[in-house]
Amino acid sequence: MATYQLANAGLRVALIEAGPFYDPASDQQRTQLRYPWESPRRGAGTTRRPFGDFNACLGGWEIEGEPFTTTPGTEFMWWRARMLGGRTNHWGRISLRFGPLDFKRRDIDGLGDNWPIGYEDIKPYYDKVDKLIGVFGSNEGLYNDPDGFFLPAPKPRLHELYYIDGARKLGVPVIPARKSVLTKRINDERGVCFYCRQCDRACSIHADFSSSTALIYPALNGGQVDLFTNCMVTEVTTNGTGRATGVTYIDKQDRRVHELSGRTVVLAASACSSARILLNSRSPAHPDGLGNNSGHVGRYLHDSTGASRAAFIPDLIDRDIYNEDGVNGMHVYTPWWLEDENLDFTRGYHLEIGGGMGMPSYGFGFAVNQYNQFFGERVGGYGNSLRDDIRRYYGARLSIACRGESVPQYNNYCELDPNVVDEWGMPVLRFNYQWTQHEINQARHMQDTMEALLEASGGILLGSKPGADDDYGLTKPGEIIHEVGTTRMGSNRETSVTNEYCQLHDANNVFVADAGPFVSQADKNPTWTIMALAWRTSDYIVEQMNQRNL
Amino acid sequence: MDRRESLKTLFLASLGGSLIASTGCTAGIPTANAGNRLTWTPLPTEYSYGRTETEQAHDAELLSQTFFSNHELVTIAVLCDIILPNDHPNGGALDAGVPDFVEFMAKERENYKVPLRRGIMWLDKHAIDRYGADFVGITEQQRRAICDSIAWPDVEDAELQPGIRFFSLLRDLTMTGYYTTELGFRDLGYQGNTPNVWDGVPEQVLRRHGKQYDPEWLAKCVDQSRRDITAEWDDDMNLIT
Repeated sequence: MATYQLANAGLRVALIEAGPFYDPASDQQRTQLRYPWESPRRGAGTTRRPFGDFNACLGGWEIEGEPFTTTPGTEFMWWRARMLGGRTNHWGRISLRFGPLDFKRRDIDGLGDNWPIGYEDIKPYYDKVDKLIGVFGSNEGLYNDPDGFFLPAPKPRLHELYYIDGARKLGVPVIPARKSVLTKRINDERGVCFYCRQCDRACSIHADFSSSTALIYPALNGGQVDLFTNCMVTEVTTNGTGRATGVTYIDKQDRRVHELSGRTVVLAASACSSARILLNSRSPAHPDGLGNNSGHVGRYLHDSTGASRAAFIPDLIDRDIYNEDGVNGMHVYTPWWLEDENLDFTRGYHLEIGGGMGMPSYGFGFAVNQYNQFFGERVGGYGNSLRDDIRRYYGARLSIACRGESVPQYNNYCELDPNVVDEWGMPVLRFNYQWTQHEINQARHMQDTMEALLEASGGILLGSKPGADDDYGLTKPGEIIHEVGTTRMGSNRETSVTNEYCQLHDANNVFVADAGPFVSQADKNPTWTIMALAWRTSDYIVEQMNQRNL
Repeated sequence: MDRRESLKTLFLASLGGSLIASTGCTAGIPTANAGNRLTWTPLPTEYSYGRTETEQAHDAELLSQTFFSNHELVTIAVLCDIILPNDHPNGGALDAGVPDFVEFMAKERENYKVPLRRGIMWLDKHAIDRYGADFVGITEQQRRAICDSIAWPDVEDAELQPGIRFFSLLRDLTMTGYYTTELGFRDLGYQGNTPNVWDGVPEQVLRRHGKQYDPEWLAKCVDQSRRDITAEWDDDMNLIT
């Protein structure tokens, strides 16, 4: 987003990407609309593509030659993308605005901190992001799930109609999903969704949002951008006064160190990677790393909470088979609805709905007739009767995944590991992270909620309910891939890294345009807020340059 | 993807010399299998589907390796054929090249290697104990009798548990290996993975399930006849095109 805005403002931009160029329309890279038999492993996940062999994202939990470490007792998972457009080639396109309450959580529960800005500051940018990038949804007039400039929503699928009925029975709200998929044309450059349910494979007609297809390609066409691919930034260089002079990067092809000078540096490497670059940028003026006079770089790292459950819907056996691919993931969802309840945890969560007659890929047909148990029939066997079992149970599953807000903690952080470097010679990150009782109690509540909703939807619960010994199925920190907060913004330079414009307190020509500046994450997926903040930051950079302050 | 003209053939008879050392006798292959011949459609040995160079090299390396011995592969093929037989208009596991798929997955995943190998050993030992020859060496009827005893996980006989686990694993791999091919798609009647315009659940399906779209919700949904008209909004966030 920053590249796009700054280039459009007439600035020359050097965009440095640690991975290769990526274009989902090129046949060399396209995975969309491929059939499972085009892969020898039929779409199964690998270390290189953990979310499946056809997933667009190059990267994963482990990257060869680029490890990370954890302190004893920490189970952090760190997803990294290595490609043009980064993680926006991976995400679920769920695009939720933060609401007014989400910027001022300390005022409500006394925990964490307020943002130095409020919804009214960012709203104009959410509006602009909606129109530039496109997001479907519906205006519901919900105070903390604000309305937007939405494209119309796709109609619910059959399993989602079961969920809607179940939720309404329990008085739980359910509304159309909000996702950055073009259900309607927004410009002449990008196509309109053709409903293949494969946004995770990246769209060859650019009908879903990834920063590469929707922002970087147009910026490259404008002629203002020099793109460096397979180049990994290792530090921001500074002069004797502490101002940034450019960056040092390693060209992965010649394995040599290069320097690039610039007037202003914008980091958007993802929250933890940007923190890593800052911590690695040590100089006499910044002995603990650039922007780290407060000691807060890497602190307050937090991720969304998550838990999930599934059910078998007997009413959905022997379905009529038709194409119900729709868009990737859900067409309907439940926003947080218990804001005013007195619960044994603070901060909310939302519910994402899954199911339907998806394309068979690796794993399809495993435990083929396990649902026979619910009819008193035997599970197992062999022969052509298994074909009947496959058809009988195809698309008869309903699942829910919860995504919640955690309470940011000073003691959850990433730092440079003094003893380990990656293959490029750069110190790696070491993570220290523990959930608090709030997140654990929230997960227990998620489990109760999911059970009630799945049963109300006509489902028979599958698996067993995780208990206290398993933190109620709470996902590991990092697992939801919503890390935020490592360079949090604030008006007090002793307890924050950037100001409200994501500008370092300690070096005014360095900005962070990813989720690092988040003070708290809300129970909303962070992308839309990253985009809005980055746009706001870009406007500020241009204004400051015009005023000769930069 | 017509691979049918080139069929992979392994002659059971040629494996008849496999020496079963533990019993000290040679297990010949009785003429249980018609013509003593087992054939399946070979899977491609090259793939191209948006891979990076590293991935391409990794896959090429795996595809060039051989994991199972001929005897092991034939045993897997015989089992796959029992699990999802070919005598069906949409073909079966052998028509879908499932033995090659199982071979690939065994090379791909460490956690399949031992269970599959150990399973075949168990099965042969069991067949020899029960019928005096290894699994491919016994009659079709005898093979079915063994499968009947290990195909149902609710069987509690402790001695059969290794066989039950193995059979369940191979059933999983066979089903997934078949249903992720064109034959499997046809068998299932799968309709997706193609550009289309989603406009809701078909009316007769809604009726069958006693569901309906409520008008208030539908008002928020896309009018597909206007999908190609560029979106514009008024200042109050209402879509006006």
